[in-house]
Amino acid sequence: MRILLVEDDVEVARFVKKGLQEAGHTVEQAGNGRDGLFLAASEAFDLLVLDRMLPGGVDGVRIVETLRQQDNRTPVLFLSALSGVDERVRGLKAGGDDYLVKPFAFAELLARCEALGRRPSSEAPVTRLKVADLELDLLSRTVTRAGKKIDVQPREFRLLEHLMRHAGQVVTRTMLLEKVWDYHFDPQTNVIDVHVSRLRQKLDRGFDKPLIHTVRNAGYMIRAEG
Amino acid sequence: MAQGFPRSAPPRLLQSAAFRIALLFMGTFSAAAWLLVAVLWWATAGALDRQTIAAIRTDAAALAERHREEGLHGLIEAIEERLALDAAAETLYLLLDDEGIKLAGNLERWPTAIGEEGLWFRTRFDQDGVISEARVHRRDLPGLRLLVGRDESERVQLRLLLTEGVAWSLGGMFLFALLGANIVRRSLQNRMRPAVVTALGIAGGDLSRRVPLSDHGDEFDRLASTMNDMLDRIAALMAGVRSVSDAIAHDLRTPIARARGKLEESLATARTEEDWRAAVEQGIQDLDNISRVFQALLRIAEAEAGARRAAFAPMDLPEVLRDAAEFYEVMAEARDQRLETALPEHLVMVGDRDLLLQAVANLLDNAIKFTPPGGVVRLAARQEEGGIEVAVSDTGPGLPPEERARATDRFFRADASRNTPGSGLGLSLVRAVAQLHGGEVLLADARPGVAPPGLRVSLRLSDSLG
Repeated sequence: MRILLVEDDVEVARFVKKGLQEAGHTVEQAGNGRDGLFLAASEAFDLLVLDRMLPGGVDGVRIVETLRQQDNRTPVLFLSALSGVDERVRGLKAGGDDYLVKPFAFAELLARCEALGRRPSSEAPVTRLKVADLELDLLSRTVTRAGKKIDVQPREFRLLEHLMRHAGQVVTRTMLLEKVWDYHFDPQTNVIDVHVSRLRQKLDRGFDKPLIHTVRNAGYMIRAEG
Repeated sequence: MAQGFPRSAPPRLLQSAAFRIALLFMGTFSAAAWLLVAVLWWATAGALDRQTIAAIRTDAAALAERHREEGLHGLIEAIEERLALDAAAETLYLLLDDEGIKLAGNLERWPTAIGEEGLWFRTRFDQDGVISEARVHRRDLPGLRLLVGRDESERVQLRLLLTEGVAWSLGGMFLFALLGANIVRRSLQNRMRPAVVTALGIAGGDLSRRVPLSDHGDEFDRLASTMNDMLDRIAALMAGVRSVSDAIAHDLRTPIARARGKLEESLATARTEEDWRAAVEQGIQDLDNISRVFQALLRIAEAEAGARRAAFAPMDLPEVLRDAAEFYEVMAEARDQRLETALPEHLVMVGDRDLLLQAVANLLDNAIKFTPPGGVVRLAARQEEGGIEVAVSDTGPGLPPEERARATDRFFRADASRNTPGSGLGLSLVRAVAQLHGGEVLLADARPGVAPPGLRVSLRLSDSLG
């Protein structure tokens, strides 16, 4: 992916840029809002990572608003020390697609970037999701593995759907909390792990190949081969 | 406060709002007085004037009639009769012929007009050495010129008197109004002074000042008590900020010191790469914990400051609670506990979904953490008089009464729970959320008299927050 990072803190920018490059992405960087807006408007990127508070008179929210007015739909991830719910809402309302609060783990940032960057580009609704022999029918809301029906509860279905939509990508616990449960706080316990392991048990019972994999220090990933 | 001083001096006369208000009042008052005088003038002096004119007109008409009926002789006779009858010497007549020779009347010569031109005019004449004013009507008869008039000296006198009276009273009124304006200004300033003095004290840094209330119960007292409420609120906010900074100072420094110590130690002692890696990972974990505590503190402060009222929206509480129960059910199952719910179908209230959810999550998390395997955790909600109660009860060891009061303090950990993971911020967030929703948190035994008694934490929320 070609990513534009707009971040004024030199140290944070350096390590984010390095990490993203190591993960195989091309990264352009701007140190203030004006340069960031100029780059974002004049070149094509797959993803923008914007700090909210920026020097140069143009902050992250302004950049997004300006781009959206110009019908630029590049996905935007906000990276901000402003953690209040209203701040998050402001960022998302302005046209941001995701919001990550500082301090953050790099694995979390990478997972979110990849989730945003590889979103299906076509607006055509997907009705079936498939990973290896696991199939998810969004219309009848059924889950089958190797043709065998697996009973899951509604929330487990949504959990699995989210994992499958991002098959091959790391999905962190916080992302699951936000996207599947719409919780914007840290439950301070391993509840998510318990939910995932229950789902895993249901899917893997009677099969020798596990599909949901735990990614150490990051989260989970669903993929065909182990 | 550099600008504080010049503003604190009482305003000068013309700057004073009270004085301006009084002045305005005085203006309207004088306008009314002028109107009154005008009406009075028209009704008295004006009426006399009109009466005189009418009398002259009738008199002149009667004389003209006499002349037509009885000729010059009759006219002269009539004039002389009238003069003879006029004891007060108010009437004036003069009859001249074509050549200007006087035929009858008490005027010696044709008077010079000083007022209006034409048939009606005013004149001044000398009567026995006294200068008098008169209103005169001229009537031309065939071959004759007739003047009929009335002495107006008394009326002029009256008018003068009236003018003088009006002038004096208007002047007096102006003085009184000025005095009154000053008195109003002074008394308004006196009533406002306590508020001004208090505000100055507060601006100077003494937040404990309050505006004293008088027993009038008037607008000023209302203003004062509103101001006091506002000050109480500000003081509460300041206390909140202070307690957060205290909490940061006391309780965040410790984990930071611990993490720093550990890193420093491993720097000195780690030999293998594995050691290094373990130390760094431990350091990151410590930092994560610190930022988690920090986040929790900020959230509590946010809720306590009431800043999140903005996020208030109508919602159906049982839906939120069912979500939370479902979320934690797997936890309870994993620990071989049962999570029961007793929720009504609908319970509509206005609140902050996110914070309520987190509060209930904290309670469920606590209950599941402290209840032994095989126990029961119960989440219930019901409509009560004047509010909604959300209660989480468990069959755990409970909390001794002496520890309950402190349970919602920041960073409080019951002695028995020192070794359980957690920051000790859960219940203080619950309390802050309850307060934000106009309610409180109550702790009690879940099963009084039974050992272990269990703990029942109930969150009382007001449902009438708009």
